[in-house]
Amino acid sequence: MKAYENHQAVDGVDLDVARGEVFAVLGPNGAGKTTTVEILEGHRVRDGGEVHVLGQDPGKAPRTWRSRIGVVLQTANDAAELTVAESVRHYAKYYADPRDPDEVVDLVGLTDKAKARVRTLSGGQRRRLDVALGIIGRPELVFLDEPTTGFDPEARRQFWALIRELADEGTTILLTTHYLDEAEALADRVAVLAKGKIVAEGTPQTLGGRAHADARIRWADPNGPRELFTSEPTKVVAELARHGELAGLTVTRPSLEDVYLELIA
Amino acid sequence: MTTVAALPGVLSLGLARGGTELREFFRQKENVVFTFSLPAVIMLLLGSVYVTEPIHGQMFAASMIGAGIISTSFVGLGISVAADREDGTLKRLRTTPMPLASYFIGKAIMVLVASLAEVALLLGVAILRFDVEVPTDPAKWLTFTWVFLLGVVSCSLLGMVVSSIARSTRSAPAVLNLPYIILQFISGVFITISALPGSLQTAGAIFPLRWVCQGFRSVFAFSDEYALQEVAGSWELGKAALILGVWSVVGLVLVTRTFRWHNERR
Repeated sequence: MKAYENHQAVDGVDLDVARGEVFAVLGPNGAGKTTTVEILEGHRVRDGGEVHVLGQDPGKAPRTWRSRIGVVLQTANDAAELTVAESVRHYAKYYADPRDPDEVVDLVGLTDKAKARVRTLSGGQRRRLDVALGIIGRPELVFLDEPTTGFDPEARRQFWALIRELADEGTTILLTTHYLDEAEALADRVAVLAKGKIVAEGTPQTLGGRAHADARIRWADPNGPRELFTSEPTKVVAELARHGELAGLTVTRPSLEDVYLELIA
Repeated sequence: MTTVAALPGVLSLGLARGGTELREFFRQKENVVFTFSLPAVIMLLLGSVYVTEPIHGQMFAASMIGAGIISTSFVGLGISVAADREDGTLKRLRTTPMPLASYFIGKAIMVLVASLAEVALLLGVAILRFDVEVPTDPAKWLTFTWVFLLGVVSCSLLGMVVSSIARSTRSAPAVLNLPYIILQFISGVFITISALPGSLQTAGAIFPLRWVCQGFRSVFAFSDEYALQEVAGSWELGKAALILGVWSVVGLVLVTRTFRWHNERR
């Protein structure tokens, strides 16, 4: 998949996502994440540029193309009076070769709630139903727009496990998020979007030169806490250690968060 | 992986949508209790004032059945499409390979079933409370059928057009109910048309409700002599068919021009 577009909200986004990859688009609110994703889904008209998703222009793609992608919506309260199982079964009818509805309900962990009306679900359960409806058609590519906003930590971990399972099956996943730990936990590659432009792209480990950045060494001596930055932390620690045990020793590289805050500043 | 198997057809998906629409419709208790039964409540209240002899019951029941099916089609469908736009139903459907035509088929099934149920409810009330006699002549039922279908189709389409004007679900009932109440006034439901000033008579004659009610009165009248009580002195069924047909075509054109998947401006 390749995307390049010029939009008021998005200007100069150049992305290539390979098949089977989990790709995260990071960025603050208003950076243009949703706009970018909606253009890729074919739900927003772009003003210019070239976009290919699964080999087709999303703006002109036919039904068959739509059956090959899955979209997990950011906000939806539809089908409130249907049960979870009814809803998943109904959406399965739209596709030529859907997954088994009961298996999908099980996969997203809603088997206990299969007979519950959708309006009675909690926020996290509702989002898992959204995922179920997004993947029922056995999509090759899944769009997840800020999927875990408002989740408690346990629900987020469960959700991540679900996404990993999908990725393991070979599904390409394009995820937007403003949670850095989420991108780090899930994504093979990330791009940082700020003010409608891609400002960095790479693996979570190397983003923004993170792997080569100076390490920060912290320890404490009788005069109080000490800190220094160095490109040779091993050597420095070895020297320091000649005087004996170092209290509170830590050696850290910039976190993804440090790099990210630097990039979007 | 490529999609080899064919996607399901437009009609079978439309039928599946219809089933789901009906399920959701009848599970919304407030909707069924308050909106759906409203015409029957109005019939009971106004009828207890208006109906002093049998023919009044026949004519008033006919007009109220007309108003009832406009409630389920124009108001009911309009609100339901506005809600689909607001709660994400349409947004989600758009992410799937479901064709828009199937969505409309589903809505059509919902409106037809809801309108038939409304007719049954109003007929039941009319028979039990006002001793209304149901026609036995098949020709009358043929008239009833085409008036019903043309009325439901034209008003469903117009309801969808008006729902596109409503900015949100919250405003949809207000935006749809105002024209509906005005139409009931000027179309001979609440007040006989001959009692209206000429300008309101003319205005009423433009819109579908007046012709649906007149058509139904021709069905429920004891004899065709009662046509003399109509403004034109006849049932004007040909004119009714023509006007309802024109509104159906106009409605269809307007729906295709105004239909929106979402509320946001893009």
